[in-house]
Amino acid sequence: MIADALSAKRIFITGATGFVGTALTERILRCVPESTVVLLVRDGRRRDARSRVEREVLRNDAFDRLRDELGKDGFADMAQRRVEVVAGDVGTDRLGLDAAGLQALSTCDVVIHSAATVAFDAPLDRAVEVNLLGPVRIARTIDEAFGTHGRPVPHLVTVSTCYVAGNRRGAAPEEPVRSNPFFVDIDWQAEVAAARRTRADTDAASRHPDRLAEFAKTARSVLGPAGGPALSERTEQLRRDWVADSLVSAGRSRAASLGWPDAYALTKALGEVALGETLDGIRAEGRRTPTLSVVRPSIIESALAEPSPGWIRGFRMAEPIILSYARGLLKEFPGVPEGIVDVIPVDLVVSAILAAAANPSSSEAPDIVQVASGGINPLQYQVLVDNVRDWFLEHPLHDDHGQPIVVPDWTFPGRGRVERQLRVATGGLERVERIVGNLPLRGRAARWGAQLELRRAAAQRALSYVELYGAYTECEAVYGVDRLLELADLEARGADGVEGSPGPMQLDPRAIEWDDYIPRIHLPSVVKHGRAATTGAKRDPERRANRLRGQVLSEQRHLAAFDLENTLIASNVVSTYAWLAGRRLGTADRARLVARLLAEAPGLLAADRSDRSDFLRSFYRRYEGAPVEQIRADAADAMSDLLLSRSFPDALRRVREHRRLGHRTVLITGALDLVVEPLAPLFDDIVCAEATTEVRNGVEVLTGHLSGAPPTAEARAAVLRELCERHGLDPAESVAYADSSSDLSLLEAVGFPVAVNPEPRLATIARTRGWLIEEFDTARGHRPPLLPLAPRWGRPRQRRRPLDRTAP
Amino acid sequence: MSRDRQYRPRPGLVLDVDRSTPPVLMHHGEQLRLQKLPADRSRIIYPPEPLEPIEDPARAVREALASPVGSDPLSARLFAGMKLTIAFDDVSLPLPPMRRPDVRQLVIESVLDLAADAGVDDVHLIAALALHRRMTDAELRHVVGDRVYEAFAPRGTLYNHDAEDPEAMVVLGTTDHGEEVQISKRAAESDLVVYVNLNLVAMDGGWKSTATGLSGYRALRHHHNPATMTRSRSFMDRHNSELHHSNWRQGEVLRSAGVEVFQIETTVNNDLYGDGPMSVLAKREWEWNVRDRASFMASRAALDRLPAAGRRKVLHGWRAPYGLTSVQAGEVEAVHELTTAQVHRQQLVPVEGQTDVLLFGLPYISPYNVDSIMNPILVHCLGLGYFFNLYRGRPLVREGGVVIMSHPTTPEFNPVHHPSYIDFFEEVLPETTDPTVMAERFEKRYAEDEWYRHLYRTGNAYHGVHPFYMWYWGAHALEHLGGVVVLGGDPATVRRLGYRPASTMDDALEIASDIVGPRPTITYFKNPPLMMADVT
Repeated sequence: MIADALSAKRIFITGATGFVGTALTERILRCVPESTVVLLVRDGRRRDARSRVEREVLRNDAFDRLRDELGKDGFADMAQRRVEVVAGDVGTDRLGLDAAGLQALSTCDVVIHSAATVAFDAPLDRAVEVNLLGPVRIARTIDEAFGTHGRPVPHLVTVSTCYVAGNRRGAAPEEPVRSNPFFVDIDWQAEVAAARRTRADTDAASRHPDRLAEFAKTARSVLGPAGGPALSERTEQLRRDWVADSLVSAGRSRAASLGWPDAYALTKALGEVALGETLDGIRAEGRRTPTLSVVRPSIIESALAEPSPGWIRGFRMAEPIILSYARGLLKEFPGVPEGIVDVIPVDLVVSAILAAAANPSSSEAPDIVQVASGGINPLQYQVLVDNVRDWFLEHPLHDDHGQPIVVPDWTFPGRGRVERQLRVATGGLERVERIVGNLPLRGRAARWGAQLELRRAAAQRALSYVELYGAYTECEAVYGVDRLLELADLEARGADGVEGSPGPMQLDPRAIEWDDYIPRIHLPSVVKHGRAATTGAKRDPERRANRLRGQVLSEQRHLAAFDLENTLIASNVVSTYAWLAGRRLGTADRARLVARLLAEAPGLLAADRSDRSDFLRSFYRRYEGAPVEQIRADAADAMSDLLLSRSFPDALRRVREHRRLGHRTVLITGALDLVVEPLAPLFDDIVCAEATTEVRNGVEVLTGHLSGAPPTAEARAAVLRELCERHGLDPAESVAYADSSSDLSLLEAVGFPVAVNPEPRLATIARTRGWLIEEFDTARGHRPPLLPLAPRWGRPRQRRRPLDRTAP
Repeated sequence: MSRDRQYRPRPGLVLDVDRSTPPVLMHHGEQLRLQKLPADRSRIIYPPEPLEPIEDPARAVREALASPVGSDPLSARLFAGMKLTIAFDDVSLPLPPMRRPDVRQLVIESVLDLAADAGVDDVHLIAALALHRRMTDAELRHVVGDRVYEAFAPRGTLYNHDAEDPEAMVVLGTTDHGEEVQISKRAAESDLVVYVNLNLVAMDGGWKSTATGLSGYRALRHHHNPATMTRSRSFMDRHNSELHHSNWRQGEVLRSAGVEVFQIETTVNNDLYGDGPMSVLAKREWEWNVRDRASFMASRAALDRLPAAGRRKVLHGWRAPYGLTSVQAGEVEAVHELTTAQVHRQQLVPVEGQTDVLLFGLPYISPYNVDSIMNPILVHCLGLGYFFNLYRGRPLVREGGVVIMSHPTTPEFNPVHHPSYIDFFEEVLPETTDPTVMAERFEKRYAEDEWYRHLYRTGNAYHGVHPFYMWYWGAHALEHLGGVVVLGGDPATVRRLGYRPASTMDDALEIASDIVGPRPTITYFKNPPLMMADVT
């Protein structure tokens, strides 16, 4: 019996925070009496290893059952007694253990290595470091810890994967990787070196000036004129992403070239080879080595029964696909209807690991246990799909409008066709999105643009699923499970040799009834973990917005900063100029002015987008020679006719609400000081472009130059911080309203950013970061004239009125 | 005018609706509707036809100034070196605005001629707009005429009253009821204030001209409040209007403080449409000829098809060809009695008995949206303020009865003219529609708001407190009525106003029956043109 064999043992576990590791820890604590677990966990960025275990392992719902059995205090006691934590990392030499850690390891009876990078799309070098070198490091560290003293060397159980067998059809027995007739003999050390070199080369390539320029260009297209610091930050982020992406595809192509579905399977296979060679090396030097068991599960899915039916941790391979399908995002997925999807519930894997741990092989040859269903209890792809489809027809997910989603019929197309279709769709959406992103859209139109982006992201995700997992649905290897059945038999028969129920240590894949497991256990769990909308209750986005609004309008806030154009009013410096310049012109001159500005519009727009500061400076030159008094008088009229008539009443009310709450209100704008002067009663501070004046022929006129840099892009954040400092306010307690990604630095500088009528780029950013988005509109029913022209100046044209009865 | 002068204009008419009565014209904001009313229990009140205008208005004005009532001739009260202030009614009168020349232009030109003859050179012209929006240059020019505008405006002596200019306002005392009396300092310091009225309805004129028109919030709050308005029954009937009593008391204080007022009141007939294509709107339906029908169909179709902004432009561009019917000048109260009689002569329609359901078709214009948008608060004010109160004796509708008003009532606002209205609609109305409650909770904040004050003084915005006054205007009706239904109104907006929306007349009557009982009597008050019901 497994439990008896392992009782009172000290078991060292890596990867305890993972899916299998958590289930394994739970099973040992619950079913193996008096045993102790020693968990190797990395120190987190914010928490040390011990508290990570508390939070990420022991608080998981896997332990609910044990917690119920022992009570809260009993559970805490038990954890205190039986759970030891050592800080370390399988990605570094000696596992990053200190002396105490080595000491803890050296007293263990069993070492279970379940740490892995399970992501199928991990960068090559990362997969190599963890999956390939991890087992090697474990072996070497055990050698170091046990080499000098006389304690018996522990039994090492490593968790690998069935897919180390590579892309092949037919039987894949439980044999070492090297015995696989299809194994291309390669030197794992050379692969390690190559992976590390690829990382260095890729990194170097990412720093090439052309490439950096490309990153900068992309950053600009994403953020717009957001200012230097924000752009540099994004550029660097793009460079790092590019390196990671390149390494992912490097991994994928290297794996494909050697006959594995992906870098995960490749590095796991080489890991097994490397571990064997390392142990051989240690033996050759005359030292003792651990007995070795290798457990190879296939695709691990939610639990059949232990600790509870359907228990799952994290999002695995099938879940995102299933949910995408149920949400109607994934309309096709490649695969052969009669193909076999090799799925195995996690509790069977855990039992197999423990069975392997309880039954060390007596020889030096590793004991290999495959945990798979394909050979003896196959799940056909068609059956899986039918089950999923039927279930979701009965229990549909609901869209944002509370309507049930009808799942599509799957036609089992070839992978090539699906990938092609999705690529075309993604490419098309990307192009449309780019075009839309460059249009000067606002508010509702921009929201429509954001929808487009969501759709593109969904298509892209679907494509990545197909690329990543498609190979698995087409894999036609049948994994042998002779050793597994042998262990199952042993466990079932028990110590007394009488056949009984396997209890919690079920490890026979024949126990799974697919037609029950999929609809009753797995799918409900997937839907629950995916937090998918299963009822028609309409999700109310207003509720969230109201909550955010409440935070923004709390008395605790200190300061509220506002952009002007498209945040408070639907106007811009060009309109203002047109209004002021046309104010005292005759009809013909006005027409000329308007025609000229319209002709210049595209150029002005482009200049504004490339650098707002330069644009403003050069544009304001046009005011050169304008008499100050006249502009000031006209600006007062412009207040009504231009600013107020194009204002967003909700926005103005918001400014006043902030004032009433005692917040300091600030207007930060690139508009000219003379123009925004009439807005003074709304704000405590107005930071704007300040025009310089001089006296020409006895008249004070504008020079067309500014006295300093206009507050644009990152300068706005600086302005805000400076104001906060001057008045002893906290930016983290402040609010900022802006409409464009060029104000990103301002929005990021405060604790409560609000995107007002955001243009598509900012809409995207605001949505992903969960910012409050306000749609302020001009007063309904009031239509300001299309062209920003002042009412006629001076005496109105006389119209003859035939019905005038008297003349003055 | 081609109207046959052999016939005297016909008086108003109360028509009992029977099966043969044709559908009746009804204004629906900027649109027109034809509505069939239930036979045998409905009646329609038609306004009197336009009175004959005075042949030579300019001469009539000169004569009135030369022989005023209760005062020496104006020329005798003018002397060289004096301070003369001419105040005149603002853009809210008349409705729609008058074709050139405006009556006020005629009067002001005559006054200025006399002043020039007397050698008066310190003359200020003030648009007495109280807390209304400032008039634009074009509007001032329209009211006073080009000659006057160009002589005074550039020198800064023709301007809008500014009730929020602390330098330019003065408090002259308090009435025996504790009401403060505040007035423009220029007016207070003048040797003579000549007030030029255009009395469109019976509410206008008298001491209300100076005590309200040239005053500010400090004084107005004493009578522009829910308590006063509910005790004004109606505010169109000066002797039964607490609003007027209060104004008269303030006028008394003005008089005893030495403010000399020479009041000039004028009345016009109700000729809104002349003989043009719009004349059908003033005709009684059974008298429509083929041309009338065609022009009605065409106007209705055109208005329905035009976008809102286009409709507004067309309608607000209309200038009415009113004819002057009387000019009275002299001492305020004496003049006002005569003027009110003149208003009644044109507008009064005797009506017997009250009704269960009173029906209005609200037009596109009210005193507060000239060249602007009739927002929901103004819909309330026009319906329950103005139209409801156009009675003498007792209300047209019985206590507990229902008013049905036809208007689209869309939540549309002019952000330049009505900024505080927008906030009132968004902040106050969702909280309360009770005039007393809102007065207590919100009025002060709006009245003293710095931003509204700024917009009132420098822009063309109504004062921050103005939407409250508009709401109070309906206080008497709100207290009197059992319910209000808005026919064809935007449901969400109508509900926010505290009323009930109905999409058809049948639905509206059904809702009304729930309140007043089955088969209610219905009275359609077919206004405009303006009239006043003398209910016995």
